[in-house]
Amino acid sequence: MTVKVGIPNALLYYLYYPLWQAFFNEIGVQVVTSGKTTKDILNKGVREALADACVPVKLFFGHIMEIKDHVDYLYIPRVVCVNRKTVYCPKFLGLPDMIRHSVTGIPPIIDVRMDTRQGHFALLKAYLEIGKLLGASKISVFQAYQKANRVLGRYNNLLRNGWNPHEAMSLLSKPGAVLEKPPNLGLKFAVLGYPYNIYDSFISVNLLEKLRRLGVGVLTAENISPISLVLQKNCGLPKRLFWTFSDLALKAAHFLFKRGMVDGVLHLTAFGCGPDSLLNKFIEFEAKKHRNIPFMTLMIDEQTGEAGISTRLEAFVDMVKRRKEALACQK
Amino acid sequence: MPKITFPRMGESYRAFKMLLEDLGNEVVVPPRPSKRTLDLGIRYAPEFACFPLKILMGTYLETIEMGADTIVTTGGVGPCRAGEYAMLHHKILKDLGHDIKMIVFEPPRLHPVNFIKNLWALNKSGVSIRGVVAHIRRAWRKLQAMDKAEQLSHVMRPREINRGDTTRVYRKVLGWIDQAYSFEQIIEAESAAMEALGSISQDSKRIILKVGIVGEIYVLLEPASNLEVEETLGNLGVEVERSMFLTGWAKDNTWSETTERLTVKEAASPYLPELVGGHGRDSIGNTILYAKRGFDGIIQLAPFTCIPEIVARTILPRVSKDHDIAVLTFFLDEQTGKAGMTTRLEAFVDLLRRKKLFGRGAEPLTG
Ligand code: SF4
Ligand code: SF4
Repeated sequence: MTVKVGIPNALLYYLYYPLWQAFFNEIGVQVVTSGKTTKDILNKGVREALADACVPVKLFFGHIMEIKDHVDYLYIPRVVCVNRKTVYCPKFLGLPDMIRHSVTGIPPIIDVRMDTRQGHFALLKAYLEIGKLLGASKISVFQAYQKANRVLGRYNNLLRNGWNPHEAMSLLSKPGAVLEKPPNLGLKFAVLGYPYNIYDSFISVNLLEKLRRLGVGVLTAENISPISLVLQKNCGLPKRLFWTFSDLALKAAHFLFKRGMVDGVLHLTAFGCGPDSLLNKFIEFEAKKHRNIPFMTLMIDEQTGEAGISTRLEAFVDMVKRRKEALACQK
Repeated sequence: MPKITFPRMGESYRAFKMLLEDLGNEVVVPPRPSKRTLDLGIRYAPEFACFPLKILMGTYLETIEMGADTIVTTGGVGPCRAGEYAMLHHKILKDLGHDIKMIVFEPPRLHPVNFIKNLWALNKSGVSIRGVVAHIRRAWRKLQAMDKAEQLSHVMRPREINRGDTTRVYRKVLGWIDQAYSFEQIIEAESAAMEALGSISQDSKRIILKVGIVGEIYVLLEPASNLEVEETLGNLGVEVERSMFLTGWAKDNTWSETTERLTVKEAASPYLPELVGGHGRDSIGNTILYAKRGFDGIIQLAPFTCIPEIVARTILPRVSKDHDIAVLTFFLDEQTGKAGMTTRLEAFVDLLRRKKLFGRGAEPLTG
């Protein structure tokens, strides 16, 4: 029987799943995911996690509850740093420990540490460790790692080309398939925030779909080329934001505001998020300098209702539309 | 001349004031955080900013009203938010129209140039390097003296016969230490303080519970932010030992009382091997060390939305079970009320007392 490794559809899933899946499959391990977030998963997470934790971490707990009984291992790598500069939110850093010590009846956890500040081969070493644990030969791990990285490269390319993770993943799995490009809509918004909030259609209350229906095209930090982001340096601050996703979001905000590439900017933030308390304020300060591009913060929590978000979104879109029309008339 | 202020943490301002004045600066002493401080902080800091950031925001605004135009504070390299407080505070203050200078001390080991540059900027009267070092040593000694007095007050308070004696004497001796200037004077004031505190009349027959306090540094060190939890516990007959002081940790005790000679980090590593910023890992390690030393219970103090303490708190119930020690957590913010806190503390102390007297198993309390 093949070994089954469980990967929760939460947090880093949205950026690294294609790599992980390719890697595990290549070394002959079956990957089981927890599927899309559901009401039930959210409830489980809320029950299992600390009340003071942020929603995404609660969801992570929920997804763990969903798969823990169906797999031989849970894959919760301790991803600390992958770019030698920024680290992930401290909650990511303690993720395997939080799960291990607070959820009962869990299978063994694969919690290899990934920190590229420890040297160029830190990631390869981490995967070798995983391979060893699962009984794969070094050669096969090496090959799997290279293949997985190629898959990740293709995935990232798809993201840069404007697909969202769900679309990109299905394009990857069905080579040759053609997805309908979203029609060129009249308005374009930047949606900033963490991938695990933006692309989890349940917790974001279907934000992306809603915008599409309102005739708004969406640009996220993942759609922007990394070089343009790096060029933002520290965004005029004495230090960069310490956390990878926050740093990227702020850079994306600066880039988009400066270029004036979008008609509006939304920041999607989760209730109880620590880093966002800084990030949101810094984006707000930048927005103040660019009054021509309207900015709105949307906060989600475990009780966010369809209705509330829809009304606010519609009002915002309407406002942006009217402004744009008014500007067009003036010209 | 610029007027300098800095964050307030407990009584430490006395030493920092002395040091800055020795270097020739005019100092605006940050007032003790009050309701107004919190109101200001909440109004201008982001909603989910951690509690210390909000209090400091309020404090800065108050000191600016008092004429301060330069803020000296610390930076940091992460992974937690404290290292970025300064730049957020600075931006918010600027946005409010306050043209403030921020002098941010980064860890000297990583940023030696920054350290020297900042020190230079603060050295208004051009003291020689030797002189600066001497001033710093004296300020440090003052901090140590105050920490020692505070530690002793934690031992005396639960045993005092007349309620309030310890707090009264403690206030008084702080004044002595505050007045002391030269190295000899500080040492003299310290021994006088220890003697005064030690001679508070005490009831030696009382059964005293021992509780360790762990958590995030700011809410541990600033009594106004933790609603004087140590005093409340002392009055309930509990001797507290706080895991953190500005001048160091209660390491000596720890080493001699546990046979394994574990460090905090080693103790924590089976549960949390990773540094998660702030003092999350210390909270776990110290809990285990206190349990090994036979303490009756642990209180974890954490700011609302504090990332490392949330990680620690998620793991602590397991630690509590494995090491048979009760843990009570307080997530503190502007809405925490003293009455509610006291009720929960009384229930906790009751439970610990029953366990001590009748030896019942600890039920891990949740926070
Ligand atoms: S970045 Fe925010 S939302 Fe994400 S895990 Fe950390 S606290 Fe939670
Ligand atoms: S340790 Fe807690 S209080 Fe300190 S900066 Fe981090 S989140 Fe804020």
